[in-house]
Amino acid sequence: MVYENPDGVMIGLEIHVQLNKLATKLFCGCSTDYHTSEPNTHVCPVCMGLPGCLPVLNKRAVEYAIRIGLALNCEIVEQTQFHRKNYYYPDLPKGFQTTQYDYPIVSDGRVVIEGEDGEHVVRIRRAHMEEDPGRLMHMGTIDRSRGTLIDYNRSGMALIEIVSEPDMRSPREARRFLDKLRNILEYLDVFDSTLEGSMRVDANISIAGGDRTEVKNISSHKGAERALLYEIMRQKNIKRRGEEVVMETRHFDEARGVTISMRTKEEEHDYRYFPEPDLVPMRVGSWVEGILETLPELPDARRSRFISDYGMVDTHAKALTSDIRVADFYEEVASKVDPAAAAVWVSDVLKGELNYRDLTVASFTVEDMVKIIELVVSGKVTEKAAVEIIRTILDEGGSPMDIVKEKGLLKVEGDVVDQAVEAVLKENPQALEDYFAGKEKSLNFLVGQVMKKTRGRADARSVREMMLEEIDKNYR
Amino acid sequence: MLEGLSDLKNKIGSSSAEDVVASYLERIEKSDINAFTCIAEDAIDQARKVDSLDIEGPLAGVPIAIKDNISTKGLSTTCSSAILDGYVPPYDAHVIERLRKAGAVIIGKSNMDEFGMGTSTETSTYGPTLNPWDAERVAGGSSGGSAAAVAAGQVPVSLGSDTGGSVRCPAAFCGTVGLKPTYGAVSRYGLVSYANSLEQIGPLANRVEDVAALMDVIGTYDNRDSTCVKHNAGYTDALQDDVEGLKIGVPAEYFGEGIDDNVQKLVWEAIGKFEDMGAEYTKVSMPNTPYALAAYYIIAMSEASSNLARFDGTRYGNRSEGENWHMMASKTRQEKFGAEVKRRILLGTYALSAGYHDKYYLKALKVRTLVKQDFERAFEDVDVLMAPTMPTPAFKIGEKMDDPLSLYLSDVNTVPINLAGVPSISVPCGFSEGLPVGLQVIGNYFDEATILKAAHSFEKNTNHHTKLAPGVV
Ligand SMILES: [Zn+2]
Repeated sequence: MVYENPDGVMIGLEIHVQLNKLATKLFCGCSTDYHTSEPNTHVCPVCMGLPGCLPVLNKRAVEYAIRIGLALNCEIVEQTQFHRKNYYYPDLPKGFQTTQYDYPIVSDGRVVIEGEDGEHVVRIRRAHMEEDPGRLMHMGTIDRSRGTLIDYNRSGMALIEIVSEPDMRSPREARRFLDKLRNILEYLDVFDSTLEGSMRVDANISIAGGDRTEVKNISSHKGAERALLYEIMRQKNIKRRGEEVVMETRHFDEARGVTISMRTKEEEHDYRYFPEPDLVPMRVGSWVEGILETLPELPDARRSRFISDYGMVDTHAKALTSDIRVADFYEEVASKVDPAAAAVWVSDVLKGELNYRDLTVASFTVEDMVKIIELVVSGKVTEKAAVEIIRTILDEGGSPMDIVKEKGLLKVEGDVVDQAVEAVLKENPQALEDYFAGKEKSLNFLVGQVMKKTRGRADARSVREMMLEEIDKNYR
Repeated sequence: MLEGLSDLKNKIGSSSAEDVVASYLERIEKSDINAFTCIAEDAIDQARKVDSLDIEGPLAGVPIAIKDNISTKGLSTTCSSAILDGYVPPYDAHVIERLRKAGAVIIGKSNMDEFGMGTSTETSTYGPTLNPWDAERVAGGSSGGSAAAVAAGQVPVSLGSDTGGSVRCPAAFCGTVGLKPTYGAVSRYGLVSYANSLEQIGPLANRVEDVAALMDVIGTYDNRDSTCVKHNAGYTDALQDDVEGLKIGVPAEYFGEGIDDNVQKLVWEAIGKFEDMGAEYTKVSMPNTPYALAAYYIIAMSEASSNLARFDGTRYGNRSEGENWHMMASKTRQEKFGAEVKRRILLGTYALSAGYHDKYYLKALKVRTLVKQDFERAFEDVDVLMAPTMPTPAFKIGEKMDDPLSLYLSDVNTVPINLAGVPSISVPCGFSEGLPVGLQVIGNYFDEATILKAAHSFEKNTNHHTKLAPGVV
């Protein structure tokens, strides 16, 4: 099957990723763990842009960037070069942003995603390093603000801006690309996606070979998909009216789910790029080999390994490796219980329950998961009861054994079930008659009555078998 | 002759740093040449600390003037601009850290052209510094205050900065010694940038040996300036009175049109003196010199337009009020920057703009490479180059203020050195109608030793540096 792309959609993405796993900022020694600190407490003369201050390039940041480049199958530049991008904004303390221009640290890479018609390649044009500006905070609401405060804690944080070619053909592909990219970056241990503002997306989109628009201010992957869906609809409507799409920058209003025009291309800034005189080129070509050697296992490789090592199906392998935390969790569980059972319970059950509650795997312990799988495998609880244990832990807390005791979830067998079967058959002669008359459904009803009597602790399949046995023995 | 560092050492030893600093402060107070933008209130305290703690640093108790574009913790740093009026840095520049460690007493900040943009210290928001030799004339620039203070005996030594001649020009105009080190020899950390790729901090003094002593203190490697280079120091060790066999190159292009006859004559006499002392000279050609001035101004202004963008009144210094941020920033810059600064920001912005970038900025970079090659070629055959520092002696205050182009032209012999990044020293080589004239000795990259040796030998065998400006005792 080949995806026809009926509207001729072309989507390219620019993603700003904050390298927040670095200990220090891009050009100074300030620490990066400002997220819970008071404003302007993680600053120094350099990241405040005080007169006379000079940048010193964080070598580790360059190493991270190269790591990303290698993971995205990019070419690595021989030596670094930085430029100044000149523009005024109060959050930009130097009046220019130190960034990379015609020599990005990495370029010409590719990422394989799950496309509309199977594996699909998204080319990476380039990824360059730059510094994050500070953050503006309005005193009160924006329209009734008494003033604006500036927090420079974020100023000077290392960013990498990854620019894709316009290779995505649908909003869904864009979202999958973003998910895949985030996943790769987390495997590389270069950023923590849970911190605010760690990944910011701008999207370029055109349809049917027309001019493209750029949508800014997208803060989530879900948001990217929604913004792009809206933009396709808007552009299609314009064409339907016989008009042309104008090349412009649009702002995504997350609350209303619409894009709003910001400015047309003609009004755009002239950034007057020129080489940053305060930074000398850093030769990095020779670093590549060493970094390549220490590159961790990436999602695609781990997915293949899960299939071969644990003998699981590809859908499970994909689900388990699409988030490094889940994959790590799974491997720990699998080292203690049957890996096949673990694959089912982690990917099918636990992940579903977590998603439903908008929780991450951090909300669950490996020990509890191991205990629950052991209970099921040894036949002490039913699968249904095991699901209830998971839900209870997530909703109310507690340990698996306590929950089993409190709720009486141990599987009931033998006499108790026998008695329940006998009782149900005695109490429901009409249903039995219906069954004899050929109504298969009556048997389900009778089994259900047994389950009700045993409060779900019996195994439905064996109840059914016992029921048939009892009918054959005493009622025929 | 004014006191040098070795005289001061004895004096401090026999009396105290406090007495010495107090006597210099008194001279500053009595003077009306406007060499300082501010005096450190704690100067006496710093001196007392030297006395009481018996600090033994190489500059223990030595008062020093610091150009007002070098950041001093707790002491106002304005670049002689209204936009930074009231700005007190929370940190010390690398050179200041080094000076404090060596026991020096930061006595005050010296006047300069606003942000270093000028050749006469006339663009200072605090008014011009007067030349100690003739109060109607400029002290040179942009480090005019640093040179005038030394020439007037208000400090024995000072620091300036040299972007296109800003140490050497005022040194020549005021009859002092001034060194522009090799690019990368002194950390720029804390120097408020005018044109980063061109400028260096440099010392001024009445003797070559004092300049070398300061270099020993400030010329150490600093990892906070990425352009700073690890190199062999030992500046004082280089000072020998011996130029036997020294090969001097004399570039014809530095004696061209616009170079005053008297100045040419004095420089040639100096070269003759070197011959007498055992050196030999040859004429060399540096064919790209005529293009250096234009390239210099394009590069300097381009970098300046970006460097000065941070002065918007938001975070520090001085601001004008406006109804929103844009108006505040724009009014601040409109009202607080002087005319010359605005001119250079505008020209630099223009040179970097889309459509002009290649025609001006990129072309200037190409010229810069050619100028560099001129020097590299010349130093294959000679040890040093000698030329006039300035085309004329100090001109009259106000004479060139309405004609920026003629002011720019006076930098013709100093800017090629900054484009190339080589070191150069200006030493007094005589007087023209009572005004000092400077000889420029240019060296190869990181070969300050040779030019210091040459300048030192010249000083030992002449007496120009012993003459005092009128009224100085
Ligand atoms: Zn910082």
